[in-house]
Amino acid sequence: MTYTIRLNVNGKEHTVEVPSRRLLIDCLRYDLGLTGTKEGCSVGVCGACTVLMDGKPISSCLALALFADGKEIVTVEGLAREDRLDRVQQAFIDYGGFQCGICTPGMVVTAKALLDENPDPSVDEIKEWMMGNLCRCTGYYKVIESIQGAARRKRQAGDSDEGL
Amino acid sequence: MRAFEYREPDTLEEVLALLHDHGEDAKIIAGGTALVIMLNQRLIMPSYLISLRKLSGLNSVDSVDGALQLGALVTHRDMETSPVIRDQIPVLAETYRQVATLRIRNMATVGGTLAHADPSQDSPVTLMALDARVGLTSSGGSREVALDEFFTDYYETVLQPDELLTHVQVPLPKPHTGSIYLKFLPRTEDDYATVGVAASVEIEPSSQLCRECRIVMGGVASTPLRVKEAEALLSGQKLAPELLHKAASVVQEHTDPISDSRGSADYKREMAGVCVRRALEQAWQRALA
Repeated sequence: MTYTIRLNVNGKEHTVEVPSRRLLIDCLRYDLGLTGTKEGCSVGVCGACTVLMDGKPISSCLALALFADGKEIVTVEGLAREDRLDRVQQAFIDYGGFQCGICTPGMVVTAKALLDENPDPSVDEIKEWMMGNLCRCTGYYKVIESIQGAARRKRQAGDSDEGL
Repeated sequence: MRAFEYREPDTLEEVLALLHDHGEDAKIIAGGTALVIMLNQRLIMPSYLISLRKLSGLNSVDSVDGALQLGALVTHRDMETSPVIRDQIPVLAETYRQVATLRIRNMATVGGTLAHADPSQDSPVTLMALDARVGLTSSGGSREVALDEFFTDYYETVLQPDELLTHVQVPLPKPHTGSIYLKFLPRTEDDYATVGVAASVEIEPSSQLCRECRIVMGGVASTPLRVKEAEALLSGQKLAPELLHKAASVVQEHTDPISDSRGSADYKREMAGVCVRRALEQAWQRALA
């Protein structure tokens, strides 16, 4: 039983034939070749598979691909513009938030959504948002510093901000 | 996951017609956070999956006649952030905020949680303590059921195969009422509760005596567990440590927890008493404030 879905991923329209049981993460990775999104626990706990659906972080391992029909999806591949990294990505490099790389795409995508909603989050707010993104290298403080750094740079850029 | 036919109707009538025709072989899916895992693990293998994602009209919070009506498709995140909820029934916003992580709260719905009927969930406990009722609709008609009478066993409710849970009605708290939900989490913040307790206490302002109270626990039985015997102990009484200890030992007698990764049965029974004591005291303080 296959169905046709139309979804916008990182600004690009796609029409995909999917079996009813296709998960969104598999659709992104195997149908669209976007392997930046990682699968960790497969039960919505670890956060590695976080993507944005209509701007909100969700677990793509808990969503059927059919849920994405008519929706806008943003994955980690959708953050950088041409040769320029998104501010959150750059901060993860500069502040040491980038570690082995498995949790990073989910971390970066969640942090991006946080800063879009709240440009000046407190440490507690950062912790609340990032609570569901697990890192087994145990480096949460660097992640918090990275997000604070990205937020600071975004505020300093002010009106000249291009979203990067 | 087994293959299934997927339907995504945009009217309630179509959903009910599909349930009428395929109810026994169909599952309703809303946020999917619980159901997708059960599908993936082949705990359920429906022939039809009826999605509510294109349905409109069940995703708002409305004031109706001394109550708030929550559409079944309101998300946990909506409940947590809704100004109406925060203002009128803040304990509901507090409860939904404690569920899992933001990602889950963006997907999971008010109605989905109730229909899923996992006794370790948070919101059913608070909703029951607030005397909520659920609206169930089928192509044959509608009925309202008190949440007290909705859950029947682990993952089982009175919902019939052709029925859809459409809304939850929560009466606005009476004056001089304090309510709280305490979630006991010895492992991680995003976990299911080892024990969850909701208490609601209405006091007589002049005497400060308890007029009425409700005590409901999660994680200690096959359904959310309300203990009327303990509630009766409190009515007409003044807040005192001995009273709370007595109520705690009564609730402990009613618990029937299972040992699992969140704690042994004995530990959960013990903590149920501790949490009930704390919840009653804090609810009482809120009623006095």
